[in-house]
Amino acid sequence: MSNGPSRRAFLRGAAAGTALMAGTTARAQTPDPLITEVQPWASGLGDGVDATPYGLPIRFEDDVIRRNVEWLTADTISSINFTPIHALDGTITPQGAAFERHHSGAIELSKADYRLMINGLVDRPLVFTYADLERFPRENHVYFCECAANSGMEWAGAQLNGAQFTHGMIHNMEYTGVSLRALLEEAGLDAAGDLTDKWVYVEGADASSNGRSIPMEKALDDVLVAFKANGEALRKEHGYPVRLVVPGWEGNMWIKWIRRIEVMDGPVESREETSKYTDTLADGTSRKWTWAMDAKSVVTSPSPQSPITHGKGPLVITGLAWSGRGAITRVDVSKDGGKTWETARLAKPGEKMALTRFYLDTNWEGEEMLLQSRAMDDTGYVQPTKTQLREVRGLNSIYHNNGIQTWWVRPTGEAENVEVS
Amino acid sequence: MSKFLKLAAVLAVVGSAGHADKLGLGRDALPEEIAAWDVAVRPDGRGLPPGSGNAYDGEEIFAEKCASCHGDFAEGLGNWPKLAGGWDTLDREDPVKTVGSYWPYLTTTWDYINRSMPFGDAQSLKPDEVYAIVAYILYSNDLVEDDFELSDQTLARFEMPNADGFIVDDRAETEYDQFSGDPCMTECKDEVKVTMRAMVLDVTPQSDESNVEPAQVGAQLLADASAQETAAESEPQKEEVAALDPVLIEAGEKVFRKCKACHQVGEGAKNRVGPILTGIVGHAAGQVDGFKYSKPLMRMADDGLVWDEDNLRAFLAKPKGFMKGTKMGFNGLKKDEDLAAIIAYLASFPN
Repeated sequence: MSNGPSRRAFLRGAAAGTALMAGTTARAQTPDPLITEVQPWASGLGDGVDATPYGLPIRFEDDVIRRNVEWLTADTISSINFTPIHALDGTITPQGAAFERHHSGAIELSKADYRLMINGLVDRPLVFTYADLERFPRENHVYFCECAANSGMEWAGAQLNGAQFTHGMIHNMEYTGVSLRALLEEAGLDAAGDLTDKWVYVEGADASSNGRSIPMEKALDDVLVAFKANGEALRKEHGYPVRLVVPGWEGNMWIKWIRRIEVMDGPVESREETSKYTDTLADGTSRKWTWAMDAKSVVTSPSPQSPITHGKGPLVITGLAWSGRGAITRVDVSKDGGKTWETARLAKPGEKMALTRFYLDTNWEGEEMLLQSRAMDDTGYVQPTKTQLREVRGLNSIYHNNGIQTWWVRPTGEAENVEVS
Repeated sequence: MSKFLKLAAVLAVVGSAGHADKLGLGRDALPEEIAAWDVAVRPDGRGLPPGSGNAYDGEEIFAEKCASCHGDFAEGLGNWPKLAGGWDTLDREDPVKTVGSYWPYLTTTWDYINRSMPFGDAQSLKPDEVYAIVAYILYSNDLVEDDFELSDQTLARFEMPNADGFIVDDRAETEYDQFSGDPCMTECKDEVKVTMRAMVLDVTPQSDESNVEPAQVGAQLLADASAQETAAESEPQKEEVAALDPVLIEAGEKVFRKCKACHQVGEGAKNRVGPILTGIVGHAAGQVDGFKYSKPLMRMADDGLVWDEDNLRAFLAKPKGFMKGTKMGFNGLKKDEDLAAIIAYLASFPN
């Protein structure tokens, strides 16, 4: 693990910002050699166009990377890492920084070796090649993919110190693909008869062959069989060459390396939809089929890994909001732990099942802040506090923790993950 | 979740467009291809291939193919999944969700093992082996006897203890009303206090600091506490041990394979599921640093239990008989020669 959060980031940032710490008058005492002296980059030459046929971020950004939490899982092959949301802006997650979750590792499956089977209660069981899929009408949509366990380590209390770790099991990409509906219609659904109680079972080609059951209503509504993200091929770790996109629903259902779709008369009750991804309540009973991700938000900066390093004065508070049941309509921000709230500015109107960026342009006088954000969506849902969630669900749910997050920002600009009364 | 609310509308569109506009893409899936990929097993048993296996055979297969992660008794090593135990924990803090305590359908176990296990060698098991492993997991959970047999005819009928423990998502009824409406904007609380801090727990990965697992934090605190409690007690006593017999020790090394999943002994040994066993023969019980012993063991240690040959022999022959409530999940060594061998082997690692 390189370049951990908080303290190091703070120190590095503080050092870089020292020259400007003094205040906002910004009156230089001595001329800045970066301006008065000719710098190497202003005199010599940079890289040629053949230096990096596929570009990566400049080395100065080498701490903007996915990180994992070693103690979470037994083995990195069946594990998860976290998107550095504290260091990103806008809403689109670059693929190389988008969190990964594998059950048997990220496999290499070429387009040439790729096959997709549709069978079960269909008129004609079919096999498609990758090239076949490219001949169906294509759609483009931006959707977030959030693991149901995002913030799961925080159920019992503040644990991990950084937005990357508390909220980084999420990414948001523009997908290109064909609708699952088009593929099912190609195979024909007459054989399924009454569709109201039918399901599709979807499974991956990797060794875990992760499989989930999806009700026909959702399958025919907005599910995509996607092969491009953010304009380019999916990354290996996200299911190259083809993955399922299940808008607004928990990430485990977004089957990677999807190889088979079966129309069924009921759910399979697979391991991932019974022993996992079920939410245990205080009385020991567990909710199943909790597919939709409820509205949620988090301040990404300032935050423990992204402290305030510029001193008093203008401060941009920013974060992300999303809802698996619709579009974000409003985000409120509190600086005092939820006593008073002000409505933040949305960078763009919220889009259905996609990340929304919010900003609160404010002035910071070096005071302590207990920063919170609260999302609302177009169903009228208001993101609950962690206390409200626990009153309904207890402490053992693991999944679907969408409670309001608090960062304790100190006069030094450092921030910490805390819970408040 | 307003399940199927929009279904009528969605399906109406299918109805009108369903037969039109097929593109003629793809090709027919052949029966052999469907058979190769369609291995899903349903809760009613559909999809189970013919075959059978019993818990007794399953134990051997499990030891060979599963125990390196899940432990010989399906108790789960380290962070690997526990498959057995966890009774009556679902409504307590940190429920232990095992096949026995949590999984609602036995078909799920068959389906998952068949398609995804062993880790790194998936889809290598024969149906009879999967039946046997599933039977052994039930046996590990004390749900059946060791001669219990499962087959494609019986598996789906096996009723799991937590079969009725699930409800369909009810957030729409239990949460959405109270998590909606006009939110408070001013004077929403009288006071705000910080009640919990992540930096106190200190489990966030850092580049130049060691990562500490929360469980270890807890275990370490407990270990420290018990170390303080026992610090006043007398130094561990040593007893004379029979002269070392190389043949017996070698035999004991083989017997120790049954213990290896949980215990380490000798140079570089670490506490695992069970404590380090270096120097155990003749040593006072409950003294290994950093290991959290069961309460029954600590009670007996407080009463002066020393692991001399007689006590070790009695304990290893029938752990739960010698020490009711021990957390050692081992059923015991039946043969006298195995007992003699294991004790000789352990005695070959003095402190």
